[in-house]
Amino acid sequence: MHSKTDTRLMQGNEACAEGAIAAGMRFFAGYPITPSTEIAEELAALLPKVGGKFLQMEDEIASISAVIGASLTGAKSMTATSGPGFSLKQESIGFAAIAEIPCVIVNVMRAGPSTGVPTAPSQADVMQARWGTHGDHPVVVLCPTSVAETYTLIVEAFNISERWRIPVIFLMDEVIAHMREKVTIPDSSQLRIVDRARPTCKPEDYLPFDADAGDGVVPPMADFGTGYRYHLTGLTHDKTGFPTGKRPEVDTLIRRLYSKMDKAKQEVTFVDEVLIEDADVAVFAYGITARAGAKAVRDARAEGISAGLVRTKTLWPFPDEHVERIASTVRAIVVPEMNMGQLVHEVERASKGKTKVVSLTRVDAEPISPDEILSALKEV
Amino acid sequence: MAKPITYYLRKDKMPHIWCEGCGHGIVLGAVLRAIDSLELDKNNVCVVSGIGCASRAPGYLDFDTLHTTHGRALAFATGIKMMKPKLNVIVLAGDGDLAAIGGNHLIHAARRNINLTTVCFNNSIYGMTSGQYSPMTPTGKMATTAPYGHIEEPFDLCDLVFAAGASFVGRGATYHARPLSRLIAKAISTDGFAFVEAISQCPTYFGRRNKMRNALAMLDWQKEHAVTTKAASKLSPEELADKFVIGELGTRTRPEYTKRYEDIIAAAAKETDDNV
Ligand SMILES: Cc1ncc(C[n+]2csc(CCOP(=O)(O)OP(=O)(O)O)c2C)c(N)n1
Repeated sequence: MHSKTDTRLMQGNEACAEGAIAAGMRFFAGYPITPSTEIAEELAALLPKVGGKFLQMEDEIASISAVIGASLTGAKSMTATSGPGFSLKQESIGFAAIAEIPCVIVNVMRAGPSTGVPTAPSQADVMQARWGTHGDHPVVVLCPTSVAETYTLIVEAFNISERWRIPVIFLMDEVIAHMREKVTIPDSSQLRIVDRARPTCKPEDYLPFDADAGDGVVPPMADFGTGYRYHLTGLTHDKTGFPTGKRPEVDTLIRRLYSKMDKAKQEVTFVDEVLIEDADVAVFAYGITARAGAKAVRDARAEGISAGLVRTKTLWPFPDEHVERIASTVRAIVVPEMNMGQLVHEVERASKGKTKVVSLTRVDAEPISPDEILSALKEV
Repeated sequence: MAKPITYYLRKDKMPHIWCEGCGHGIVLGAVLRAIDSLELDKNNVCVVSGIGCASRAPGYLDFDTLHTTHGRALAFATGIKMMKPKLNVIVLAGDGDLAAIGGNHLIHAARRNINLTTVCFNNSIYGMTSGQYSPMTPTGKMATTAPYGHIEEPFDLCDLVFAAGASFVGRGATYHARPLSRLIAKAISTDGFAFVEAISQCPTYFGRRNKMRNALAMLDWQKEHAVTTKAASKLSPEELADKFVIGELGTRTRPEYTKRYEDIIAAAAKETDDNV
């Protein structure tokens, strides 16, 4: 959309909407909910300008379902919501996982459970993002730490979704969503855009779930309405796409789907390490909390504490290797989260006992301050 | 020119899952004859369903076919139709799927008047899960979850969908398979949301529990209780009380949703031009 780089003051939700369009997203369906609503409002205005389509559906279930339908025609598609709506979408997210239909689901986290504090920030949907739908399934979860990063990371969300034919959950927190920051919008030529692999065989030879026709993991996907005439179901299916209950075929499908988590891992892991080389203690954080972490680390250094920061933009698959390596070089890892301690359990698991892991939690619907993290760094 | 029905079937996916005497195959046959009568290109037809016995129908059809989640077929179909308006998108689903869990999507698809054709396979019961009552189970009937007789009133689905804004609604029955097929053809030809309620029989889970031992008894019941719109116009409400009316029950002309969306695209383009 943008012919040359342009610098603007943008809100996180706005960056999400515009970044999605830059990624090639042309269909959005959603249902209003704070603090994600601006994404829908932006897209209602922007999508028709690029020939795309926006729909406000009757609820969140309808929204994700329409998104999956639109994706089947070949259109990059997205929905956006917050806690209560994210819970409603879960069944269809599982459908996208088993039927291997690319789509991006934005969840701007607000304080829960239930209606909670609709206007306040939280990071308590980290586990739901990974395991919200039933059954073993693959899903990639990304989480931006700034408005500028929201723009570029949502492009990656689409790329990953298209490349691996999986639902990608884009988890923002309310602070990032509503904050305004300077964003230098990259020229469209600077963005790497990935499209799903489509079949090149004749329609009569097409086996829609034959991964060997692709790279062994992801089968090429035909657009509906192009003459391939195939079947898709949420039932466990064989290579032809038709239901099967045969045990070895069920096993093969679930293992192949799940293997996307491992196969994609390297490509989808975005972790920044700041001042880690000589660090004695580290902060492991994501979202707005990583910004507080960065300040805490600078303040700690000013006070003579060799602190470092691990800022992850990929929550799932969890960056085990990074954590294990860092765990073997630091005395302690502090994990601040706006929840009762969710990703900290992954940090503990990946650390394999090589370091002390300290959970810093906050659930009063306020963001964690740099000072709180600094105190934790001093105490460990 | 009429093609054999097998032209539209994935013969290698037979035998189907439906029980002996089930009416769903008759409804499906009516759908295919309607498609054939309109000479639709197989590559331009997309059939979407939810979950249930009826919803297994698309798997047997040689089109682009999508078997989704329980109740949501219309929402999936909406996404498809929006992004590929040239496709004839047909939704096939059960009465539980469309009227219970999917009821909200049904009225809103009708309200939007999006060009989708929906055929409700109404067997008055949840077949797939073995005989629980549905929103279409008549009062007083037995179901596994109504062991003392059902105390709720069913919807008049055609009234409901027409009131919600559909361009076309009609009712047919498996006993009257040919008129049903003609009704579905009209629905497909409608430029807007079109809904056909097809009364189907489930001898296994509805008939046996309700003193209709087999499919024949159930078809006899249809024959005795169906009244055409023409005949119905001459009957009193009392005479119509235990009858069901078949035929075209409502048509109207309203702007179609995907076409209306083109106006939005044009308006947005104009705004962009004005700002350049
Ligand atoms: C979310 C969800 N709830 C419940 C079910 C279980 N279920 C499967 S089919 C069905 C009802 C089917 O009845 P109907 O739609 O009338 O179709 P029929 O089988 O009679 O053709 C139910 C309740 C499900 N699959 N998903």
